[in-house]
Amino acid sequence: MTGYDASFRVWRGDPDGGALKDFTVEVNEGEVVLDIIHRLQATQAPDLAVRWNCKAGKCGSCSAEINGRPRLMCMTRMSVFSREEVVTVTPLRAFPVVRDLVTDVSFNYEKAREVPSFVPPPGVAPDEYRMQQIDVERSQEFRKCIECFLCQDTCHVVRDHEENKTAFAGPRFLMRIAELDMHPLDAAEESGLDRKRTAQEDHGLGYCNITKCCTEVCPEQIRITDNALIPLKERAVDRKYDPLVWLGDKITRRRS
Amino acid sequence: MATGTEHPPPETGPATAATARKGRGGVHGPARATIAAGHLRTDRWWLAPAATAAGLLAFVVYSTWRAFANADYYAAPYVSPFYSPCLAENCVPMKGGPNWEIFGSWWGLSPALLILVFPLGFRLTCYYYRKAYYRGFWASPPACAVAEPHGTYTGETRFPLILQNAHRYFFYAALPVAGILTYDTVLTFRDASYAWGHMGLGTLVFLVNIGLIWAYTLSCHSCRHIVGGRLKHFSRHPVRYRLWGWVGRLNARHMQLAWASLFSVALADFYVYLLAVGAFDDPRFF
Amino acid sequence: MTQAERQQWDVVVVGAGGAGLRAAIEARERGARTAVICKSLFGKAHTVMAEGGIAASMGNANAGDNWQVHFRDTMRGGKFLNQWRMAELHAREAPDRVWELETWGALFDRTKDGRISQRNFGGHEYPRLAHVGDRTGLELIRTLQQKIVSLQQEDFRDCGDYEARLKVFQECTVTRVLKDDEGRVGGTFCYERESGRFFVLEAPAVVLATGGIGKSFKVTSNSWEYTGDGHALALLAGARLVNMEFVQFHPTGMVWPPSVKGILVTESVRGDGGVLRNSDGERFMFDYVPDVFKDKYAESEEEGDRWYEDPDNNRRPPELLPRDEVARAINSEVKAGRGSPHGGVFLDVSTRMPAETIRRRLPSMYHQFKELADVDITAEPMEVGPTCHYVMGGVAVESDTAEAIGVPGLFAAGEVAGGMHGSNRLGGNSLSDLLVFGRRAGLYAARYASGPAARTPVPDAQVRAAAAEALRPFSGADAGGRAENPYTLHQELQQTMNDLVGIIRREEEMRQALRKLAELRLRARGAGVEGHRQFNPGWHLALDLRNMLLVSECVARAALERTESRGGHTREDRPAMERAWRRVNLLCRIADPDSDEGQIALERTTTEPIRSDLLSLFDKEELVKYLAEEELYE
Repeated sequence: MTGYDASFRVWRGDPDGGALKDFTVEVNEGEVVLDIIHRLQATQAPDLAVRWNCKAGKCGSCSAEINGRPRLMCMTRMSVFSREEVVTVTPLRAFPVVRDLVTDVSFNYEKAREVPSFVPPPGVAPDEYRMQQIDVERSQEFRKCIECFLCQDTCHVVRDHEENKTAFAGPRFLMRIAELDMHPLDAAEESGLDRKRTAQEDHGLGYCNITKCCTEVCPEQIRITDNALIPLKERAVDRKYDPLVWLGDKITRRRS
Repeated sequence: MATGTEHPPPETGPATAATARKGRGGVHGPARATIAAGHLRTDRWWLAPAATAAGLLAFVVYSTWRAFANADYYAAPYVSPFYSPCLAENCVPMKGGPNWEIFGSWWGLSPALLILVFPLGFRLTCYYYRKAYYRGFWASPPACAVAEPHGTYTGETRFPLILQNAHRYFFYAALPVAGILTYDTVLTFRDASYAWGHMGLGTLVFLVNIGLIWAYTLSCHSCRHIVGGRLKHFSRHPVRYRLWGWVGRLNARHMQLAWASLFSVALADFYVYLLAVGAFDDPRFF
Repeated sequence: MTQAERQQWDVVVVGAGGAGLRAAIEARERGARTAVICKSLFGKAHTVMAEGGIAASMGNANAGDNWQVHFRDTMRGGKFLNQWRMAELHAREAPDRVWELETWGALFDRTKDGRISQRNFGGHEYPRLAHVGDRTGLELIRTLQQKIVSLQQEDFRDCGDYEARLKVFQECTVTRVLKDDEGRVGGTFCYERESGRFFVLEAPAVVLATGGIGKSFKVTSNSWEYTGDGHALALLAGARLVNMEFVQFHPTGMVWPPSVKGILVTESVRGDGGVLRNSDGERFMFDYVPDVFKDKYAESEEEGDRWYEDPDNNRRPPELLPRDEVARAINSEVKAGRGSPHGGVFLDVSTRMPAETIRRRLPSMYHQFKELADVDITAEPMEVGPTCHYVMGGVAVESDTAEAIGVPGLFAAGEVAGGMHGSNRLGGNSLSDLLVFGRRAGLYAARYASGPAARTPVPDAQVRAAAAEALRPFSGADAGGRAENPYTLHQELQQTMNDLVGIIRREEEMRQALRKLAELRLRARGAGVEGHRQFNPGWHLALDLRNMLLVSECVARAALERTESRGGHTREDRPAMERAWRRVNLLCRIADPDSDEGQIALERTTTEPIRSDLLSLFDKEELVKYLAEEELYE
């Protein structure tokens, strides 16, 4: 295959406004959308703002929306488009725009701070942590997250309803709560912190209506909905809506 | 030093733009990139929710008709899964079949309504069906990254949708129902005169159906949680860990099982209906 | 121009990778108000790219392991050029640094008895690398990031402000380390990438943790951030850079498609049975076994193949020679015209293992090639070639305190610091290096900041000069006519370094490189950019060019000076390792402005003798190979 000229539409602008601008740009074999954006920078629009870093799908910086779908630009190959197709690239549409393809993702960092951290088990020396592989595997899946925030972007709870941003942590951080709740040595409960209950009460788990868009966009193929969000919802039910479990816990706790 | 490189102070520009676009939220909110279209997807994103809505609607229409019909649900030895167990006095007597007249004679409506509440509730609160109808019927959202038409959204935080949290009770209820349907399937190894050791095409239909019903029921997310998911340390519960693994593998196919069992249950009912109205005779194998 | 805002902190950490975050955590825990400043978003640092693991002699997989063995391996790997005290501290402290991560929530892969699993890696005598699948770097960064968040949560509980004592300034660049009138560190001059706004962080202690220099080379596994910022900041602040000629080239990077050229193909591909072939289909590595390794590597394909099943009775295949040997061999094959269509060689697993096994053992490689190159590695060979991976050289520091020699208040840790790895780094030693020396830098920076060092404000003149320097690219464009495009300059720089100071070096080529660098330096002064300061990538690159040019000149000058081959420095015209060079360190410093030699001047120093108890860890026969005559009989 040889190079060809592709039609691109790239959103350019800032918080005051902006528009999709048309570009005709050379595409060579094996390139990804980020390469094309870089070519635009080097040849036609030197001040085109774009956030990127590793260019290997490992850092999660170059998130954008390509033909309306949230994706990593470095992992979207040009070969998935036909030569005639117009490729539209816009910034993430759930977050405030800064300039061109760069958005203000501080929402995510604020939410990260609201999730109580890992509570180390008291009285266990650093070299005495013992955990079985099968016990850490669930949380390890969630720790594959590269924080590209595509799940946060696609989730309609905040994408379509700005006002929910205060109450809802978003899939990435609900998954973080699940990760900690499943951590075999997390001592939150002993310290008086009930992650299951607070997931529902403080972090907006109830807003999730499990429509699985987060799982669909995840570039790490983490099964966010099935393995994190739904299990977390079930754990919240244990605490808040299940008298049987509540009674069982009462009895066993009294016994021990 | 006038370099012309400083950005203008933020008070002036955005404020006017913000007022101009006031009143529209979500992706059209004042701080977001100004793009008029609600979405820029170029694929046929509407196909999946449309197909889902059509499929579910077809089932609702069919099952409503059948549930209210109060007729043609028994053709010895087969009882329609919509009418089993049959809990009122107005049920057709089924030899050795699931006739439990708990509701007595005062119940005048179709007996199907008494029992269908449970599987209906199970499926209505199921994590997969929720996704399907939220997307298909309520467009919340219609598809990923496609702006939804609603002004506000509270999800499952308040009544009535907070009741979705009751899914596990419907799961508990679905277990005996599946048990009874299994019993019905055993009864299909009889012939029309109730002699054991026979098998017809209907038996096969029932076998497939009950297999799918069990697979769907056990692949439920609540089930996965109850058998092992709620544990913090799998290593201390090896048996439950293994069960959790099995349920997990089924659970990965929950969507497919949901559709397959929905189809098979309707098919089993329709098969009984065809036999009951005499459309054809059950082909007997032996 | 508006006045640059000034903020006061105790410690400023430049860089938010493994070393920077570890330094920040330590400084904050020691009571210092700490600011972290990084070019990317918080949590995106290049550390996430590390795959293999963290080397630490915890002895979980083999109880025979201890710090002495780790120290020995590190010194051998670096061909005895390492600052031995750093190697010692590193080997001693690495286990504690790994265990500590678990108390912050890290989840490593486990052994059967529930301890941290450790894997084998090149140059390590025992299985030693704590790991999480092939994403150990991500785990490291995330754990440190989350530890920082937890410290911020503590501060929030205490005083209602998350950022009272520990703040991350993300997407900001430092262009100068500022000094007070006495020549002590006084802070940093920075700008926000988003807005272009200038600001000054005043602090008596500055920790550099900016990583490496790979973006000066065309083919590299490094990300855009690796423009040698910390190296250049240190030079400009008066510090010395040591061992800059030693640059590690990883033998197997992707070569096609161009967009992914340089991305790493993990060593485990060869470890699991992958073989290297040239365009004639020949397993050429058998022709490249150096004499010193002749008795350790297989002589026939049959024997090499048997090794995978029976390592005790067979010798390993030559594909598993040290990284520098394999990289050189690939280079020679390509030069001899036996390369693959896109200028590499073939790395094949498809004929060696069933497809199912490949997918199970090398999942990330399978996906990497499938998604980025459209190559199914279970059905066809990969094309690979050497890629610039790591710089062993860096800021010359005090081994114990990580303080830059000669600049009070300046500290450096991680890849930007030099000395620890000598002439060649072992896989897995970089992540442990980040943790051990990141912590030490944070500790001593906090101690220094709380000490008697007076806090005098940075003189206004310095701030004005830094601002003017940062704005120069805009006037380049105003001058009209012939403003240089920074992207073009960068490409020429990368090509120059790649072709002339790359994996195999020759005197004449390096001289040519220095001439080209001088030309580029002149042209870079006229680099101009359009637009305004808000998130303007052309401007950012124009500013980074200064750093890349400085660092490239260091590499080229030191490489020209060192007339031997050792580790990551291979001279075609001086192919042997010379014992006399072992004690010699080449230090780069900024040259006098009126010198016409270039911007970098070289100094030679002799290293301190290795402490006798450490020397006694080695056999005499081995030491004879490395140490100069007079060292042996001291």
